[in-house]
Amino acid sequence: MSEERGVWLYAVAREAGGGGQRGVAGEAVRTVAAGGLVAVVGDVPLDAFGEQALHRNLEDLDWLGAVARAHDAVIGAVARTGPVVPIRLATVYHDDDGVRGVLEERAEEFGRTLDRVAGRTEWGVKAFVDVPPPVPRTEEAPSRRGAGAAYLARRRAERDTQAEAERLAVEQAGKVHFRLTGLATAARTHPPQSRELSGHGGQMVLNAAYLVDDDRSRAFAEAVAACDQDSPAVRVQLTGPWPPYSFADWEDR
Amino acid sequence: MTEPVPATVADRPVSLVDLLDRVLAGGVVVSGEITLSIADVDLVHISLRTLLSSVSALVPAHD
Repeated sequence: MSEERGVWLYAVAREAGGGGQRGVAGEAVRTVAAGGLVAVVGDVPLDAFGEQALHRNLEDLDWLGAVARAHDAVIGAVARTGPVVPIRLATVYHDDDGVRGVLEERAEEFGRTLDRVAGRTEWGVKAFVDVPPPVPRTEEAPSRRGAGAAYLARRRAERDTQAEAERLAVEQAGKVHFRLTGLATAARTHPPQSRELSGHGGQMVLNAAYLVDDDRSRAFAEAVAACDQDSPAVRVQLTGPWPPYSFADWEDR
Repeated sequence: MTEPVPATVADRPVSLVDLLDRVLAGGVVVSGEITLSIADVDLVHISLRTLLSSVSALVPAHD
């Protein structure tokens, strides 16, 4: 072999799925079976996907974006055919034996996770609030008498208004989370995305994932829409369906 | 009355961010043989820092 290759792990399932899919290196995705499970894998060149190369390439947004989408596409294809355990991006083995090893070693845990996500889908919900900008105007240094006191009073009022808006927003986000959790079999919160990253003007007050029974996904989407209309101050946005990324870890919660 | 949103919204940075939330921070961690160190939180920070610095170039400033 002229080129060193590694085995990129996408997902674990009970049955093979996602056939014909292309992976992160444009490779044809294949399966490795062991422990009553099937791993969906692809052969990737180590000069781009080895440890050193990954550290370098993951800093490249275009590269990262393309790889993340390809990784997600393979997992999504597997998910369409049955329950799936999505594997975190950039998990690479030397060879198929390494993959078989992890399947056998963790067969029980994989099985539990597959049971938990079967017939369910992950939905993402983000809530944003338009909090007034922190310090709108600090220019115009006060020169007249009493202007200093007025300035301080105005600043205090602005601060109070902002604090109150934030408090209300967090409270509202808590209500949304509570309501949606009631419709889901499990819920997780991710750290809020920064304002720049989220692409929204508002501040993110909720970035959550919900594992929802497939026959309740419509009711769930309607509840999200209702939450969005409940309060003019808080915008609630649904994303998904996602493979069960946020519910694939080992802790039973 | 509201249909679930389609799986792929568009090639916008916002959906990439949501995706990275999941493929990096979510997803089960089974340490690979080659990329043991990749699976830790540092990677998320590295990538998101990159994303943060690049995002302004991708999104035209909205007025």
